Amino acid sequence: MAQVSSVPKGQTSPTSKSITLRISRFNPEHDESSGFMEFPISYEKWTTVLEAILDVKKHFDHSVAVRYSCRQATCGSCGMIINGKPRLACFTKISELNSNVVTVEPMNNFPIIRDLAVKFEKLFDTHQKIKPYLIRDDTEIQSNEKEFLQSPEEVEQYIQFANCIKCGLCNSACPTMATDSSFVGPQALAQAYRYVADSRDKGKDSRLKIIDDSHGIWRCHFAGSCSQVCPKGVDPAMGIQLLRGYLLGFRS
Amino acid sequence: MPRDEHREGIKGMANPTRYGIERVAYWLMRLSGLGLLAYFVAHIYETSNILRGQVGWDEFLELTQTTEGHLFLAIVIAMCVFHTVNGIRVMLGHGGVGVGKPARPDYPYEPASQNYRHKIGIYSAILLAAIAMMYGLAVMFGE
Repeated sequence: MAQVSSVPKGQTSPTSKSITLRISRFNPEHDESSGFMEFPISYEKWTTVLEAILDVKKHFDHSVAVRYSCRQATCGSCGMIINGKPRLACFTKISELNSNVVTVEPMNNFPIIRDLAVKFEKLFDTHQKIKPYLIRDDTEIQSNEKEFLQSPEEVEQYIQFANCIKCGLCNSACPTMATDSSFVGPQALAQAYRYVADSRDKGKDSRLKIIDDSHGIWRCHFAGSCSQVCPKGVDPAMGIQLLRGYLLGFRS
Repeated sequence: MPRDEHREGIKGMANPTRYGIERVAYWLMRLSGLGLLAYFVAHIYETSNILRGQVGWDEFLELTQTTEGHLFLAIVIAMCVFHTVNGIRVMLGHGGVGVGKPARPDYPYEPASQNYRHKIGIYSAILLAAIAMMYGLAVMFGE
């Protein structure tokens, strides 16, 4: 595809360096295959990949499709493959990549909407499938205590997994997701553990029944790639193994 | 697999780079598993030659007495040792043993499940497989 050959004048500072930003372009409605467009980008040591992409949209090609919102690794919108690994574009500084060429592609294992934007329906469906809410017969409003008290130790059991921002990077890195379209995925499995480990929850059996499936938890082979790419320290691999402990009888 | 799912496929699954030694171990585990399965089938075929009598058995067994046969068996030894040792590590991990304890994560968010115990387990499996293979080669080649 085309290469843009000039940096807009007046956009660089004396401390800035430059890289070539390669952006994957693909529109499934009329493209047969994906290609790359290259843009020379000036950056400072604090410039993120998302800022570089927005720079391209502002100065070179406004048609580049990218999803983003908070720009602070909270909304989970800007997940993409950056130099071969799934990362959040807003959370990845160009300077830390140590490369003169930065290649951005849409996340693997997600259908492409256009360019860098992917569909999240499957991720949200599997997330919903494991019942991501507290299951119990009474409610805090009806309870005499008015709230379900937990000790700090009980909170520690699941709070790490409550940090999930549903960015989908774990599902993109997972080797099982690469080949099994029916696999629940590390995101949903980690969230299943988050609720099973919550002392307020009473829905353990129903959740374990959902994931105890040939395309469920048994498809995880503990490659650990999900944990390595998680931008919030959720560690889905740990959650999945601990969850499997319930099914194998190691935990109760 | 529908093209529009944008899955990495076998190529992505089998790529051992990008995600550290744990992904390499995953790849070797799958590879050695398939290799041992193939050996198991071949082994059944090999032992079935006993039905051809002493001569038929001896003829087939000579195949393993060649240089290529010795190298093949050495690879089988390595696969067997790696698959066993790494399998024990993975089974323990699957039971939640040695994967760390849940805790509030701190930046830069080093995953507790990818800890030194598992890394030692992986490197030990590779090292033991290499030693066993070298021992097997020494025995087979009579050094």
